[in-house]
Amino acid sequence: MDILPILSTLRRHKITAWLLILEIALTCAIVCNAVFLISQRLERMNLPSGIAEHELVQVQLANIGNRSDAEARAKTDLAALRQIPGVTQVALVFQMPFTDGGSSNSGIKLDPQQQEDTVDVTQYMGENLLSTLGTRLVAGRDFRPDEFVDLDAAVTALHSGNLKGLPQVLVITQMLAERLWPGQSALGKQIYLGQGLPFRVVGVVAHLARPNRLSKGVEYSTVWPISMNVAQGASFLIRCAPQERERVLKSALAALKQLDPNRVVLQKRTYDEARHAFFANDRAMTGILVGVCLALLIVTALGIVGLASFWVAQRRRTIGVRRALGATRANILQYFQTENFLLATIGIVIGMALAFGINLFLMQHYELPRLPAIYFPVGAIALWVIGQLAVLGPALRAAAVPPVVATRSV
Amino acid sequence: MFDYYLGLALRSLRRNKVLTALMIVTLGLGIGASITTLTVLRLLSGDPLPQKSARLFYAQVDPYTKDGYEAGKTKPQRLMAYTDAMNLLHAHQADRQVALALTDARIAPLRSGEHPFFSDGVMTTADFFTMFDAPFQYGGGWSAADDESRAQVVVISDFLNDKLFGGASSVGRIIRVNDHDLRIIGVLKKWAPQPRFYAQELGGRSYGDGDAVFLPLQTARAANMDPTNDDCWAVADITKLETAPCIWLGFWVELSSDAEVAAYTQFLSNYAQQQIALGRFYRPEVALSDLMQWLRNEKVVPDDVRLQAGLAFGFLLICVVNTVGLLLAKCLRRSQEIGVRRALGAMRREIFAQFMVEAGMVGLAGGLLGLVFAEFGLWCIRHQPAEYAGLAHLDVHMFLLTFLVALVSSLVAGLLPAWRASQLAPGSQLKAA
Repeated sequence: MDILPILSTLRRHKITAWLLILEIALTCAIVCNAVFLISQRLERMNLPSGIAEHELVQVQLANIGNRSDAEARAKTDLAALRQIPGVTQVALVFQMPFTDGGSSNSGIKLDPQQQEDTVDVTQYMGENLLSTLGTRLVAGRDFRPDEFVDLDAAVTALHSGNLKGLPQVLVITQMLAERLWPGQSALGKQIYLGQGLPFRVVGVVAHLARPNRLSKGVEYSTVWPISMNVAQGASFLIRCAPQERERVLKSALAALKQLDPNRVVLQKRTYDEARHAFFANDRAMTGILVGVCLALLIVTALGIVGLASFWVAQRRRTIGVRRALGATRANILQYFQTENFLLATIGIVIGMALAFGINLFLMQHYELPRLPAIYFPVGAIALWVIGQLAVLGPALRAAAVPPVVATRSV
Repeated sequence: MFDYYLGLALRSLRRNKVLTALMIVTLGLGIGASITTLTVLRLLSGDPLPQKSARLFYAQVDPYTKDGYEAGKTKPQRLMAYTDAMNLLHAHQADRQVALALTDARIAPLRSGEHPFFSDGVMTTADFFTMFDAPFQYGGGWSAADDESRAQVVVISDFLNDKLFGGASSVGRIIRVNDHDLRIIGVLKKWAPQPRFYAQELGGRSYGDGDAVFLPLQTARAANMDPTNDDCWAVADITKLETAPCIWLGFWVELSSDAEVAAYTQFLSNYAQQQIALGRFYRPEVALSDLMQWLRNEKVVPDDVRLQAGLAFGFLLICVVNTVGLLLAKCLRRSQEIGVRRALGAMRREIFAQFMVEAGMVGLAGGLLGLVFAEFGLWCIRHQPAEYAGLAHLDVHMFLLTFLVALVSSLVAGLLPAWRASQLAPGSQLKAA
């Protein structure tokens, strides 16, 4: 196919051609960035939590009554919950991966003399936490019962600087271990908290995501042998088979209410619901972005159809003359397709530069990473395909123009 | 003449129904998306107290230690420690001053057999209601003397009053909050400024319903009510927040002139220097931001909303380019008609006007359709999980703006085609026919 005649025709329709190019370029730039944003959201929504997500239910009670008997209450409550048929593990925990609300975080150091913290980590605590969450240990061990310290006692010990009253050990995630001691085993290594308080790593779990503040490192989590009760803000975490969750949740509420009918339930949900709620905004934003992308592509495609139709109608006689002079239907079809391909290509080249510019702007204002190079060829192919599909209808109509048109209207 | 153009435009639009529909729908989509996102953006970045925001200031000092401090770079802490808030409160250097924190208030039922429930509470000081223009339905607020004497009083919201007392005046009645009997001294009218400027950094949401109970700060603390948010710079016993090395209070002042603002900033600086001399502070930085500046510092408008607005205007731009193309194609097709009109004596500017009228009509129709899309878009927003969802409604300003945006974008789109049409020479077109 010779493109010179196409170029000479386009040169006579400069404005219309440039409008089409501009539209394709803008669409290309915006869609590339929107798809990138979508992929970022999807990546966030699919982050692994490292826990047995479909086997957990959570019940949170408001603390009513004295703080002093909270520990005793916790024991009775946990015992009652263990009695429920189908319940395999129960724990009182302070936080779960991917949930809003409070979270306990702290900076840790590798050297007690360090001024700045090495990383900011989240602190999971609660008796029986690891086996209830269903995290997978890849090295070392879980805590022994004698290693646990009550939260209040730990805070008092911190206050008085009494190292004996504090937990001595902790479990960390593989990701954190790799960050702190790349290529080495983390077991037995020391980390330091605050004014140089030492703690020893005794176990490493495969994955365990933070509750929130994900930008500080999604899996920079630590687990501490600290026991908590309802008065200290802990909630009950119950593990059971996925199909038993609804029933177990009902029985758990009944059992807890039976122990004290005056308690206020703040939260009762499966872990799946909790995770769903945490990512609700991302899901909504993804929906909006997908909607805008589709609308943009449709508008652009319709624009191409509209302009091409008029072009075809305007050039009916020229087409007729070409057909009368021996051009086949295929030649005519090819002509319009090549023309569209040329326009789309120019549009895509400009669009890519624009996309890059928009991405730079977003990187400055919204902490977004750089647009991966793969978006450029994929975006180009997508727009070429859409352009070809949009022009197909008008081009077929052009190909159907009979040669006799050339003689008729003169 | 305008009537004649209208008639011509209508006829021309009717001749190409599909194309006309296409132009109107794309323009409508672009306008609908822009108006939807603009409405949300305006709602979220609005002024919560327009009559007063210029006179309200958020004060910051920094009691943190030298850890992580870079002189000149580190911004002062966003909350205040109890000691500093009380020192500033008692200094009375502003027209009014308020310290506050949010809390979860457990409210006991009035009738037996019902369960206690949790409501949003504000622990604050006497000037809160006058300073923030919170209107009373019944009764009034408490005095500075009540603050000091830990008076067992409470102000409740209209919705809590409706819930507990069926909307009748409950002044003088007793409610039990966190196991303490408090006497109701005032009931607010509906009051929920958006954004909830006073709740920033205190652990509350930025938009949505107002708070249910308002208690004197020291009364609430004596009843073991804890602030929703606190931050400590050293190991702390958070059951004794008044003396612990923790920040947990917001501090607002009312100042009526630039001179007073300058004087108060100087006062804050002097206060910080004095505390450094006493060995309590290490960092001299202070800040005094007016209400709107404070909301901007807090980035109260979510990034997602800005992104959506940008996206919508990009979309509108593409829709306008699309309309330019289609209008142009249409006008070129009508070269013959234009030629005839020109030959019969129509001036260039008359042709121009005729095509602009046609573009304007497309714009108005697009605006109407855009309004439908915007209403639909806002309906979708109202069903989103965001805390501002319930507030997304089209107001008169945005209603008028819709048509302005529609007209402007369609007229801009019409400029090029109309100019091209007016430039056609009459002779050549007639010859070709």
